Amino acid sequence: MVFALCCVPLGVLLWDAFHNGLAGFPNNMDFGANPIEFITHRTGDWTIRFIVLTLAITPLRQILRQPQLIRFRRMLGLFAFFYACLHFATWIGLDKYFDWSEMWKDVVKRRFITVGFAAFVLMIPLALTSTAGMIRLLGGKRWRALHRLIYLTAILGVIHYYWLVKSDERKPLLYGALVAVLLCWRLVVWFKDRGKHASARPITSAAAEII
Amino acid sequence: MLIKKTPELTYADVTPKGIYMGRRNFLLGIAATYGAVAAYKKLPRLFAGPAVGSNPVKLTGFTKWPYSTTEKETPIQDVTHYNNYYEFGTGKTDPAENAKNFVTQPWTLSVDGECKKPRKFSMDEIMKLAPLEQRIYRHRCVEAWSIVVPWIGYSLGTLLKLVEPTPKARYVAFETYYDTKQMPESGSAGIRLPYVEGLRLDEAMNPLTLLTVGMYDETLYNQDGAPVRLIVPWKYGFKSAKSLVKIRLVKDQPPTTWNISNSDEYGFYSNVNPEVDHPRWSQAKERRLGEFLRRPTLMFNGYGDQVASMYVGMDLKKNF
Repeated sequence: MVFALCCVPLGVLLWDAFHNGLAGFPNNMDFGANPIEFITHRTGDWTIRFIVLTLAITPLRQILRQPQLIRFRRMLGLFAFFYACLHFATWIGLDKYFDWSEMWKDVVKRRFITVGFAAFVLMIPLALTSTAGMIRLLGGKRWRALHRLIYLTAILGVIHYYWLVKSDERKPLLYGALVAVLLCWRLVVWFKDRGKHASARPITSAAAEII
Repeated sequence: MLIKKTPELTYADVTPKGIYMGRRNFLLGIAATYGAVAAYKKLPRLFAGPAVGSNPVKLTGFTKWPYSTTEKETPIQDVTHYNNYYEFGTGKTDPAENAKNFVTQPWTLSVDGECKKPRKFSMDEIMKLAPLEQRIYRHRCVEAWSIVVPWIGYSLGTLLKLVEPTPKARYVAFETYYDTKQMPESGSAGIRLPYVEGLRLDEAMNPLTLLTVGMYDETLYNQDGAPVRLIVPWKYGFKSAKSLVKIRLVKDQPPTTWNISNSDEYGFYSNVNPEVDHPRWSQAKERRLGEFLRRPTLMFNGYGDQVASMYVGMDLKKNF
């Protein structure tokens, strides 16, 4: 069910591509005059949305007391990576048409592309180590530490969006606020836990564990 | 000898009862999602009501300018549904939707400042000041996309000569229509409004600078700057201010909206120049709407023969 839902954005995208807007509806929501820009924006939007959803799982589990939500976290995270791949592939294949030197120049020179590229690259190890086998191989502690990279990806993703817009900053600010809330929640929990541990054990060992 | 056992289905392979029993819900879920998406897309239309704004009308009696580009015209659907008109929303398709209720009658354009005969023009007067010409121009947006549009109008110089600029007039300042009632989305534009633009007097008097009242064979569409706008084909699109209400002849270089918003990215001149990048993207190439591969951008958008002489001796990297 969740898997099917996660495919809906792609489905709608493909639908728009082939149906020139939903049947019977005026086509102001279709690919429009600049389809490449349209696909780039749509896949980018869904990447940041799935990153936010993935980050929301842990807080929701605890706030709603629904620990079984953890089942969806990997899937949502992989969908974030999936849409990021589509976003990146659109840029490579459609926007830049495999002009590698031009792309590399952009990555180095244009700061919004630099951070977007970095955010994408940081997702690769997370996707590669998303299997149960890899979790076992790395060990839970190291795996968790590695997967905290998603925090960086989320922040870079928001910056990528913020630096890209010309003047209307509402959407990047909205995603920025969501990411900020989700990360702050973790920070608050972390501080609380540290307080608890500190009273039970020497501070040094508690600190060592966090690092 | 190792005999491999054929794997048999075990209890681990049994579909959990919950999932099996939920198979209809799964299908229902897909149907519901589909329905929700369809409803979501239809929603804005259900509440929109009938449009009350001014509509374009057919124009006749214009002549065809002999120097028009022979490049393929961009379909009118694209030119009217891919717009930057932040007063009507910042998305490319927003203006087409939100400018439907824009009322442009009556309309007055005032021309004053450093001139002997300042006056106000009604739209009727503007339409009849000079013979209308259809000129097919390349139009290059600072965002690196471009279109080819048959505009209808006459040289801005014709109008400026009527008010007789004094020798003090060195620049021309333009101000566009701004009314939060007619433009409810303008609050989130992120730029200071009303939108202001400016040209040097010689740029404004250049015969290419078009006071534009129509496109294709109609009057201007609301989302394209009805009822009267500027078209300066050798500069980035944002210099071609829409829905003009004031033209003022001035002594000093006037402030311009995008330059106020971000002076590192948008200069006063903003001549199309493939060698001077926007800080965030290259200006060397452009995507012509409807084409897949980017094409090289031309110096002065290909109008160098007519305009380059105005910038001789100027450092165009500095005066970007």
